[in-house]
Amino acid sequence: MKRSAAWLAYALVLLAAPLLLQDARAVTLASQTGIAIIACLAFNLLFGHGGMVSFGHAMYAGIGAYAAMHLLRLLPAGASAAAVALLPLAGGAAALVAGLLVGYVNTRRSGITFAMITLGLAELAVLAAAMFPAFFGGEAGLSGDRVSRPAVAGVSFGPGTQVLGLIAAYTLVCTALLALLMRTPLGRLLHAVRDNAQRVAFIGYRPQRIRHIAFAISAFFMGISGSLAALLTEIVTPEVFSLARSGALLMFVFIGGAAWFGGPIAGAVLMVLCMNALSALTPAWLLYLGMAFIGMVIAAPRGLVGLAASLGADMAAIARHRRIAGVLPWVLAFGGSATLAVLAASAAIEMLYRLRQLAVLGAQLPFLGIKLDVQAASHWIIVLMAAAAALAITHRLWPGLRRQWLMGARLPA
Amino acid sequence: MIEWHDVAMRYGATEVLRSVSMRVHTGERVALIGPNGAGKSTLFHLASGLGVPVAGRILLDGRRIDGLAPARIHRLGLARSFQASSLFAGMSAFENLRCAVLRDAGAGYAFWSWADKIGPARDRALSMLDRLGLAGRAETPAGQLGYAEQRLLEIGMATIGDAHTVLLDEPTAGLNASQIVHVVALIRSLTEGRSLLLVEHDMGVVFDLADRVAVLVRGELIAFASPQAVRADARVQQAYLGALDVAGR
Repeated sequence: MKRSAAWLAYALVLLAAPLLLQDARAVTLASQTGIAIIACLAFNLLFGHGGMVSFGHAMYAGIGAYAAMHLLRLLPAGASAAAVALLPLAGGAAALVAGLLVGYVNTRRSGITFAMITLGLAELAVLAAAMFPAFFGGEAGLSGDRVSRPAVAGVSFGPGTQVLGLIAAYTLVCTALLALLMRTPLGRLLHAVRDNAQRVAFIGYRPQRIRHIAFAISAFFMGISGSLAALLTEIVTPEVFSLARSGALLMFVFIGGAAWFGGPIAGAVLMVLCMNALSALTPAWLLYLGMAFIGMVIAAPRGLVGLAASLGADMAAIARHRRIAGVLPWVLAFGGSATLAVLAASAAIEMLYRLRQLAVLGAQLPFLGIKLDVQAASHWIIVLMAAAAALAITHRLWPGLRRQWLMGARLPA
Repeated sequence: MIEWHDVAMRYGATEVLRSVSMRVHTGERVALIGPNGAGKSTLFHLASGLGVPVAGRILLDGRRIDGLAPARIHRLGLARSFQASSLFAGMSAFENLRCAVLRDAGAGYAFWSWADKIGPARDRALSMLDRLGLAGRAETPAGQLGYAEQRLLEIGMATIGDAHTVLLDEPTAGLNASQIVHVVALIRSLTEGRSLLLVEHDMGVVFDLADRVAVLVRGELIAFASPQAVRADARVQQAYLGALDVAGR
């Protein structure tokens, strides 16, 4: 019941987005989110469900993107919107073929060997893109025109909302297919391979075959995601093969929560938000992102969805045990000092970054409504002392919060 | 039926098995005993596809299996359990058993059909949970089961399929006396009509369950006869049973 409600909400959001969103920037962000969701779910088929860490998975999105772009350029100018709408399937098929070939070799081993091979192949893809500019379009990449003339039943894929509609439809179908995949014998066996590959061999299945099929399926969905990105931006550059993209997949799926089906969806939303909103907000966004990732790996290895699930269960238990009054002051005190510590530390980081761009941007740094002068020693001292003090208080409060929290959540009423 | 013909195995310079020959007939229960490091587990591994013997042949129902992949050997009718429980820790007890019988229920690697719709697999997994006494733990992840429950699940996974030959590696290891009685009765009923070879240290279990006893010492089969004959064998007493008595077993 709870699950079907979540699905209903998910489908409604995907259907409503193209109809309700007007602002061009919002439409682009929503489109990118759909594309990222497909990619993160496809990546997590290997990572969370199959226990395979791929360091070069953006490669299959790149293959899909180039396949779709080449086909788009082959289509006669203003070709039917139906043909354009089917291009992602062709891109997926191209990635599927690549996945079948690579997976045959790659999936013989899991663990480090697997990860190293994916890394090597990703490097190879970057090299190939540079070596064959005729196919990959060189640094400028390849561009095409997705707009069909005349429109078919009003759909030309000219307006961004129509492309968003296409992306939302693909996102919904791909999400459903990947969720359903987990209920098939292959899906069950994939979990078994993740948990104990050796034992799988002793119940009559070849672990490699299971990994191979899953790898190809994952590549297929990566290809769809890449093709949709090609249609959205109407340009594909060799950048699609970059290791940074593969790394972002791994990072955000982990942050979202690889052990949950919905984790990658949360990760994808966060990825698009970070790469757009956070990067516009501060030049140090990659630093914050890296620190957040390290913090998650250490403190919440089950990701945001896992964290939310366990915190939610704890809070329900605390309320049931009528221990809110004992826990709440600690939560407020800890939360307040932790927030202060984060703010003061980020103020220091922002000041540090500003020092590097002093000549261009000047010494006055607006930060949350106050003006910081990065050349004034007093400002530095105040910020650093505030950060150190807040950090020390936070550190001191932690054991008490932890004790109150666990007692409240676990003790019988 | 499974046969070892002059099987030898070496790890580097260490000889683990020296020309071992033995046969477990259809419907027969054989206990394999021997001190630690005698090569019992190696004998199991070679028969189930973990490693290839340096000499000799292993036949399953007359078909040569040494050197084949584990999955292939399983499909030819051999199932095994592991000394240290080897389960799918994150999956429920029910899922563990269902995965173990998927192949024999005809599922293959399908990603176009529903696992839940494979009736025989579900029914057999549920009935096995019942027989193991784990019906109340069906939805518990295998990794969160108690030790004894994991041992039971391990036996269930090895016997749930259609395998005509079953190898059990120390199924009673670490269990208390009353649990052992339960497990022995369970093994007896689950392996009815199949060839069973089990590694066992508990002599009570050995003499209770086995039709014949094989004694492996330093990679050599020094006796292979009825429990009474093995108990009376002077070489066995000297090489093995005596040593155990000294050790306080």
